[in-house]
Amino acid sequence: MNSKVTNVVVAGLGGQGVLKASDIIADVAFGAGLDVKKSEIHGMSQRGGSVSSDVRFGPLVFSPMVPEGEADFLLVLEETQVEVNRSMLKPGGVLIDPSTLQGRKLRSEKSINVALLGVLSRYLEFPEEAWIEAVLAHLAPKLHALNRESFQIGRDAWSQ
Amino acid sequence: MAPSVASRRQILSGDEAVALAAHDAGVQFGTGYPGTPSTEILESFEALGGHAQWAPNEKVALEVGIGASFAGARALVTMKHVGLNVAADPLFTVAYTGVRGALVIVSADDPGLASSQNEQDNRRFAVAAGVPMFEPADSQESYDFTLRAIEVSERWSTPVLLRMTTRVCHSKTIVRTPGYPAPPAAPVEFVRDIPSHVMIPAYARPAHRRLRAKLAEMAKWNDAEGPTVVFEGGTDIGIVTSGIAFQHVREACPGASVFKPGMTYPLPLVRMLEFADSVHLCLAIEEGDPYLVEQARNAGIAIEDKPEAFRFGELTVSRVRRIVEGDLSPEPKPLPGKPPSLCPGCPHRTVFTALRHLDCIVSGDIGCYSLGVLPPFEAMDALVCMGASIGVGLGMRHVLPPEQARRVVSVIGDSTFVHSGLTGLAEMIYNPPPTGHVLLILDNGTTAMTGMQEHPGTGRTLDHHKTGKLVFEDVARAMGIRRVHVMDPTLNPDAFEELVKSCLDSGELCLVIARRDCLLATASIRQYEKCNEQQSN
Repeated sequence: MNSKVTNVVVAGLGGQGVLKASDIIADVAFGAGLDVKKSEIHGMSQRGGSVSSDVRFGPLVFSPMVPEGEADFLLVLEETQVEVNRSMLKPGGVLIDPSTLQGRKLRSEKSINVALLGVLSRYLEFPEEAWIEAVLAHLAPKLHALNRESFQIGRDAWSQ
Repeated sequence: MAPSVASRRQILSGDEAVALAAHDAGVQFGTGYPGTPSTEILESFEALGGHAQWAPNEKVALEVGIGASFAGARALVTMKHVGLNVAADPLFTVAYTGVRGALVIVSADDPGLASSQNEQDNRRFAVAAGVPMFEPADSQESYDFTLRAIEVSERWSTPVLLRMTTRVCHSKTIVRTPGYPAPPAAPVEFVRDIPSHVMIPAYARPAHRRLRAKLAEMAKWNDAEGPTVVFEGGTDIGIVTSGIAFQHVREACPGASVFKPGMTYPLPLVRMLEFADSVHLCLAIEEGDPYLVEQARNAGIAIEDKPEAFRFGELTVSRVRRIVEGDLSPEPKPLPGKPPSLCPGCPHRTVFTALRHLDCIVSGDIGCYSLGVLPPFEAMDALVCMGASIGVGLGMRHVLPPEQARRVVSVIGDSTFVHSGLTGLAEMIYNPPPTGHVLLILDNGTTAMTGMQEHPGTGRTLDHHKTGKLVFEDVARAMGIRRVHVMDPTLNPDAFEELVKSCLDSGELCLVIARRDCLLATASIRQYEKCNEQQSN
């Protein structure tokens, strides 16, 4: 892992699993022994409105919020929220949104957050098992098979 | 002192870190009223095995906390910033009485108004009441400063304010425990101390003098051993900061010298003066009010303030860069996202549709149903603070011309009604407007806005066990309201509208309880009720 801080912004609508996705990323980075900070605003935003959450990790992180235009990765779970959040992305940063899946169908749209984490996992140096472990730790056992599948669909959709 | 148990590394929110520290320090009693961003503290404390309970409102919570502390227990009382307004009455006098067991009061402020009606800066309360205050900048400090607060509280027999903000409460950062050894708790027993605990004027006069003497001692302690962080960078610019702004400053100005007190009242002003003297330009970068600036200037420290534009909203790394660079160009406005709205199928929807049809003048209140102000309903004409719907509605009724007065309704949620609607109802009975009045309690069986907390109207405790239940219709009848109606508005929306209309037309004092469980809470409520039934069998 290099010496700089990696910035990830996750965005979508209330109820889509934005906060869960950011928790999973934070847990994976935490498990790798890095400094991690995760920021979110919840409250009013949970009533179906726009939600976003920032995760930052590296050797030493100060602010928990990703400065505008400095996100290395922007994960957007819902197409209408892409433009609202695009300014967070740094020049050359990676946008990961439902279109990244290139039409691959998920068994449940509710697992879009985990599918896009599958894509993100391809860009980061954490082991795949660490991702799967973190994903499953955040979900009820009955959802494990479905989300393993969605994570894999995300990983398969990755192309560079 | 060596840590008593092996160090552990966790990723926690600021709220969770406060709860963990309270647990580790043997806090015997936690109480509060739910309010974003403070709610998770008591829930986490309960999950760790602590005794936590919801009070009807913050004033009662603080009073119960004071009682526990007078009896010798360590107590934690939590609330959001506006909650401290409600609890201000006991706060100002418990500063005089002092405490026996530690009394830590969490004020969770909301700069930027993520989920509040104002962005007041509660650091002012510490000064106004004469209560020492700690301001954590991350979860580690939330943990450490809770322990420090307990130590200071018992050492100087004083309540202590732990002033957090949304970004500290809800950000997750790494916490290593045990961070700081907590002093052992004293046994809980009644000790009579009339001159300290009974604030008649004869005892309160010397108590005020004691308070000022204690604050002077604490200021000395803070200068000598307080948790102040100092970074010695260049001598061109030195930044004085506190709380979350410290993190933005360290990132935006890695080369600058930084002075960050952890205990921000009373401030370590001797050290701050030395710091200011060591740099060419000393600049305060703080979120919200110019609190540090005013304190420093009162002490004769030459310090620059941020431009007024940065008093509003949260600070960020980008905004700190602008402050330091003197960049006053217009800041980019974020694109508007999708606003929150009442959930599809929410029972409040039926109510606001009816109120709009009836062209009511709606005096609203704080909760999910505040969203009734947004399209498509736009059925709210006033919203001030918890419980204000009733008083504000009554005031309108008293002075409006009768044809307008007859359209006024007060709308309040179940949890908010218990919080501060009961006294409004007393006013309604005592000073009835000539046209009568219509009060609607939107009873969805939970404190929905803050995430489904229990309250006295649900008849279940914080951990969802059966307890005494406040029955609103019985309370209203006992208080003297003759027209009391209870209806599920979703069963027959037309009948509900007709009911409200008949109440408006009656010219009497009417209470309509629109009772239907919150959709998001229905399954949990059913589960709790089932468990409680099984336990009582």
